[in-house]
Amino acid sequence: MSEGKLIKPGVYFMRGNDACVEGALVAGCRFFAGYPITPSNEISARMSRRMPEVGGYFIQFEDEIGSIVAVLGAAAGGVKAMTATSGPGFSLMMETIGLSAMLELPAVIVDIQRAGPSTGIPTLVGQGDIMQAKWGSHGDYEVVAYLPNSPQEMFDMMIDAFNTAWKYRVPVMVLSDQMVGQMIEKVVVRPYEEIKLFERVKPTVPPEEYLPFDSKYLVPPMAIAGEGYRVHMTGLTHDERGYPTTRHDVSTKLIERLVKKIRENEKEIGRWEEHLCEDAKLIVLAYGITSRSAKRAIKDARSEGLKVGLFRPITAWPFPHWGLNKLVESGAEVLVIEINMGQMVHVVRETVNTKVHFMPWAPGAVPPPETIVKKIKEVYSK
Amino acid sequence: MSESTPSQITRIQEVKKLLREERLPHIWCPGCGIGIVLKCYVEAVLKSGIPVDKHVIVSGIGCSGRAAGYVRIDGYHVTHGRPIPFAVGLKTVRPELEVTVFSGDGDLTAIGGNHFIHAIRRNDDINVILVNNFNYGMTGGQYSSTTPLGARTLTSPYGFIEGSFNIPYMAAVLGANFVARWTPLHDRELTKAILEMFKVDGFAIVEVITPCILYAEMNGFTTLDWMKDFRDRCIIDHDADLSKANLTMDPNKPIILGNFVRRDKPSYQTRYRELLRKVKG
Repeated sequence: MSEGKLIKPGVYFMRGNDACVEGALVAGCRFFAGYPITPSNEISARMSRRMPEVGGYFIQFEDEIGSIVAVLGAAAGGVKAMTATSGPGFSLMMETIGLSAMLELPAVIVDIQRAGPSTGIPTLVGQGDIMQAKWGSHGDYEVVAYLPNSPQEMFDMMIDAFNTAWKYRVPVMVLSDQMVGQMIEKVVVRPYEEIKLFERVKPTVPPEEYLPFDSKYLVPPMAIAGEGYRVHMTGLTHDERGYPTTRHDVSTKLIERLVKKIRENEKEIGRWEEHLCEDAKLIVLAYGITSRSAKRAIKDARSEGLKVGLFRPITAWPFPHWGLNKLVESGAEVLVIEINMGQMVHVVRETVNTKVHFMPWAPGAVPPPETIVKKIKEVYSK
Repeated sequence: MSESTPSQITRIQEVKKLLREERLPHIWCPGCGIGIVLKCYVEAVLKSGIPVDKHVIVSGIGCSGRAAGYVRIDGYHVTHGRPIPFAVGLKTVRPELEVTVFSGDGDLTAIGGNHFIHAIRRNDDINVILVNNFNYGMTGGQYSSTTPLGARTLTSPYGFIEGSFNIPYMAAVLGANFVARWTPLHDRELTKAILEMFKVDGFAIVEVITPCILYAEMNGFTTLDWMKDFRDRCIIDHDADLSKANLTMDPNKPIILGNFVRRDKPSYQTRYRELLRKVKG
C-alpha cells in the first residue's frame, strides 16, 4: 500500500462524503465503481482523482447494477472494492447484494440516503433505506449496516465497513444521509499505527483439498482468482464445493451458515452510543442526522426536569437490541424517531421489552429539536 | 469410423482434465450445440500458452450460463445479464488474468444489453463467447433479442414481429477490436477464433450460432437439420458487409461466417495503466 499518498494523520475540516473517500482509501479500498447520483456525487468525484494517486482503480459504470457487479468482480480478484449511491441506485443494487451474500464476495456499499419514494427529493435528507438494506434482496442472508452521524464517522466507519466485509465475507452498507454526507465538520485522522486493517483469510490447504464453502467454518478461507484453487462460485444454491444442489439437507447447511456468521457474531459487530440513559424514564432512539437533533432535544427536555436519554444505534444491522434491553430493565420506555414513516421502529417493537412510542417524520427535512421535545412531553406524561 | 490416434487420445484426456467430470452429465439437452462450443473454449485454453490457472470463465444465467460450472478453472456464475461487469471488475484489478465471458443471447444482449454496449465502448479487455440459440431455452423457449422475424417461440406463437439484433454488425459498429461469427459445425475455426481473442487487447467477441432442440421443434425442424443447414448455407467471408449479415428464417439466405473485425485500439485497462503511470509519476 502506497501510504505516502494517503491522507496524513491530523485534524481536518471536511465534508462527510470526502471523509468517506479518505477513510475508504486508508481502509485499503483500491477499486471504486459508481454511477452519478445526488447526493453522493462528491464521493465518485473525489474517488476519480484520488484512486490513481494511490494506485487504485476508478470506473464510472453505465448504471448502478454494473457498478456493484464490478465491485464483486474486483473482490473476486482479491481487491477491496466499494460503490456509493443513493436511494434509486441502492434499489437497483438489491439483486447483486444478494449475489454478494451468496458468493461470499465482500462488498462495501455507501448509501447517502435521500428523500423517497422513487426519485423523491434528490437534494434533501431521508432515512428510508433502513429496511431495504436488510431485506431488499430475495431469500435468506445477513448483512451489516453502519449508521454514521458525522463526517468523522464517515471516515472511521469506512474502515469498520471494510474490515467487517472482509472478515465475514458479506455485503456491508454504510447508511449515511444527505445531511451527514454533505455537511462539513472537523475530522480527526488518527495515526496509522492505531488503525487495524483486516486482510482476507487465505486457504492453507492445497487446491485439491480446498472447499470454497467449507461448512466446518462459519466464514471459510477465501481463495481469489488466479491463485490456482480453481474455484467455482455460483449464485445457485450450492454445496461446499460450490456446485449447484437442490438437496434440502445441503441447502440447509449453506443458508444456515450465511445467516449464522452474522447472527452468532452480532455482539461483536453490533454497536451503539448511550447518552444520559442511566436515570432515564424515556429513551429516545434516533440514528444518523436525527440523533443530533434528538441530542439537542434531550438537553432541552432535561433542563425542564424530564429524565430523557438517547440510544443511538451505530449499526442498523445487526440491530443492537441487547444494549437497549439492558437500559429498559428499570421500566424505561422508548421513543423511536427516524426520517421515515416507520422502519427501524418495527425491529425495536419486535426485540425490545418495553412500551415503544413512535414519531413518524416525512423525508425532506430533519425533525427540529422543538418538535422532538413536544413529542417527548406527549409520551413522557403518559 | 477410424480409430482415434494416440495424439487425439492425449488431447481428449487433456480436455477432460479441464472439465469438472464429477458434475457430469451436464444439463444440456441431447442435440444442443453448447457442449461443442465449450469444448472449443477448453481446447483454446489448452493451446493458448497462457497458464491454465490464469484463465477465468464468467457466465450469466441460462443454458449457456451453465458453462462456467463445468470447466475446472476459476469460474463465476453470476446473476442474469451481469457476467460482463463482473469480468470487467476482475480484469481491471488483475490484468494478468485471461477473462472470458461465456453466456447466451438473452443474457448478454437483452437483460445485459447495456453492459454489452458499454464494455465495447470502453473497449474492456475481455473475451466474449456469445452463444446465440435465438431463444431462452432454459425457461421453455421464449423469444429473445436475436429471434429472427417470423420465428415461433413459446411467447411468439403467431410468429415473431419485433425484429432482432445483428450481433456482429452491432459489435463492429460499436467499435469492438475483434468480431467473429462461427457455428459448432465449424469447431476448428471457432477454436482458432477464441485463440485469436485471447491475443486481442480490448473487447473481443465471437457469436456462435448454436442449435437448440426446443427452438428447432417449435419451428418444425430438428437440430440435425440445423447442422445440415450450416453445411449448406454458410459462407465464410471475413470481409463481409456486416450490415447484411442478419440472420433470418429465409432458407435461401446465406449465413455469413468469419473473423470480420481485427482492430488494435488500446483497451480501457491499457489506457488506465497509462493514466496510473502519469498520475503516480
